[in-house]
Amino acid sequence: MLEVKDLHVTVEGKEILKGLSLSVNPGEVHAIMGPNGAGKSTLSAVIAGKDGYEVTSGSITFEGRDVLEMEIEERACAGMLLGFQYPVEIPGVKNIYLLKAALNAQRAARGEDEIPAPEFMKLVREKINFMKMDSSFLQRAVNEGFSGGEKKRNEILQMLLLQPKLAMLDEIDSGLDIDAMKVVADGVNSLRDANRAILMVTHYQRLLDHIVPDVVHVLVDGRIVKTGDKALAHELESRGYEWVLEESAA
Amino acid sequence: MSDEQTFLDALSARADRRGAEPTWVAARRQAGAARFEAMGFPTRRDEAFKYTDVRAIARGDFTLSQDAQDVTPLSPATAAALTLPLKALRLTFVDGIFAPELSDLAALPAGVSVEPLSQALAANHEAVGGALGRLAGVDFSPFTALNTAFAEEGAVIRLAPGTVVEAPILVQFLSRANQVPLMSHPRVLIEAGSRSEATVIEHQVGEEGAANFSNLVSEVMLERGAILTHYKLQEAALTDLHVSSLHIDQGRDSRFTSFNLNLGGSLVRNDIVADMNAQGAEANYFGLFFAQGRQHVDNHTLVNHNAPHTFSNENYKGILGDRAHGVFNGKVIVRRDSQKIEAHQSNANLLLSDRAEIDTKPELEIYADDVKCSHGATTGQLDEEAIFALRARGISDETARGLLTLAFAGEVMDQVALDAIAERVERTVAGKLPERFNLAGLVEAAAALDEE
Repeated sequence: MLEVKDLHVTVEGKEILKGLSLSVNPGEVHAIMGPNGAGKSTLSAVIAGKDGYEVTSGSITFEGRDVLEMEIEERACAGMLLGFQYPVEIPGVKNIYLLKAALNAQRAARGEDEIPAPEFMKLVREKINFMKMDSSFLQRAVNEGFSGGEKKRNEILQMLLLQPKLAMLDEIDSGLDIDAMKVVADGVNSLRDANRAILMVTHYQRLLDHIVPDVVHVLVDGRIVKTGDKALAHELESRGYEWVLEESAA
Repeated sequence: MSDEQTFLDALSARADRRGAEPTWVAARRQAGAARFEAMGFPTRRDEAFKYTDVRAIARGDFTLSQDAQDVTPLSPATAAALTLPLKALRLTFVDGIFAPELSDLAALPAGVSVEPLSQALAANHEAVGGALGRLAGVDFSPFTALNTAFAEEGAVIRLAPGTVVEAPILVQFLSRANQVPLMSHPRVLIEAGSRSEATVIEHQVGEEGAANFSNLVSEVMLERGAILTHYKLQEAALTDLHVSSLHIDQGRDSRFTSFNLNLGGSLVRNDIVADMNAQGAEANYFGLFFAQGRQHVDNHTLVNHNAPHTFSNENYKGILGDRAHGVFNGKVIVRRDSQKIEAHQSNANLLLSDRAEIDTKPELEIYADDVKCSHGATTGQLDEEAIFALRARGISDETARGLLTLAFAGEVMDQVALDAIAERVERTVAGKLPERFNLAGLVEAAAALDEE
């Protein structure tokens, strides 16, 4: 589904990713772990198409398409969706409007008609209940005045509604208390199926107790230095990252 | 020949053609002409026109619309396309000349009169003379002086005490793409009796390529407890020149709400002056100006708190793209004995390009000591992070920018109760959005969700 090959990315002239390769298949949940500054957030930002990241070499393909040639909105419409670490506040744009406009944009890209209003409301109601959010959130401006946990729930709400093929979650656990973590994890887990893949970036193993990954990668200094299963996450939790570095240097 | 002389010559040529007029009308014309001649057109050295150069008007060669020869009539289809799609009592002027065939006053309720100025004068000129010119004297500006000297047509709206008019009263000024540029000096007079209530829309709109000069003066008198909502929707062609001043006299407990929405025109100057002369009066000024290309839009507003316990609130939003130039000058004057008043003012501007320019100047003059006043002005750009966040959900770049631009105008647009007007503004400011932005349908849908 997603193929990243020997990706080199610089930000403001500084090389952040230094030959990263990654392959994600449908049905898989991947976790990328690593110390601060390793380039974890850069990977998902580059895939989503955020400005300010220069790909100097390497490639990203999604279902055979060259991702780097696609506009930001095309990537989203193709099924790659990024859940932000710091969701931005959008004053004046109601949450419900964002949801509807985004859903209809994605439907239009697939050649489908706009969703009828009753069907849309039914769908939104189901998803917002699942995320244990009050329906008043729909009327509020996107993320404006939301707490950290509410913002993260709102990101997952968008995922549930838009049903991406590849859900990328950037530090979705940061700033969450345990209850919010469970709700967010339930939301993400509900997305798991044989045709969908999830790529999580996280600093802590804690999230992986709730969303159990199939594959765990360790990203250090712009490269994936070790790949394993969920046991690797536990090992990192207890031993830190130093041993991985030493091992890869050896 | 001086710039002023061209206009004075047009005036004397008109005087020869015009029939006999009541003495007071003739006297006012003379006073207007004399004052205009003495003041001359304003220049950038005049404080009130520091940022607005009116040479495009002063040096223009405009034929007075009444004297224009061989003008092609406006086709009904064109007129229909320009007319706001809303159920309204309608008075139409084409280049300042009354167009009965495009007007519709059939559903005029009791207690209301809506007439063209010429008819009101013919019917009872003395009844007009008492009010006309009371608020907008010849000293206000060279343009009001010029209007006083030239004005022959316009609208006279009178509401009897206690009359509530449901349908908005639409006064539309259509501007044609003529062979020669025309000028018109319409005059609007609104007298709202005590406890009366109405919505009046002044709509400037025209054919593409219209390059005429319109110089409008409106006077509004609100008696005790009267409520008037005034919309100015200025959608003139991008080559049109437009100057207006709106003067309001507020009696006790009256409420005046102004929507000053400017989307068109190459050179536009609007003045709004409200005098709150008795306790309990309230004035709300909402403004939106959107300019692109090389458009120049100048809004000068003034609120006079002449009595204690008066309230004013102002919120203006400017959106400027390309090399457009916007001016906002909002002044609040609180007289010495006007205690316990409240005055709030805010102006925020959005620059969509590096070459767009805004000059904003909030001014407060407070001579009372027990007042609550605030003001502020900000200028910024679209939030690129927010654009990315929207695009990252599949929304196109163009739509994302449109959404955020309109969201910026939200505080003002949320107050616009007339959908036909909100839609015109949305379309111009944001382009075609996937659906009506943030408005009734979605809000109702969400409310229904709560009730289930």
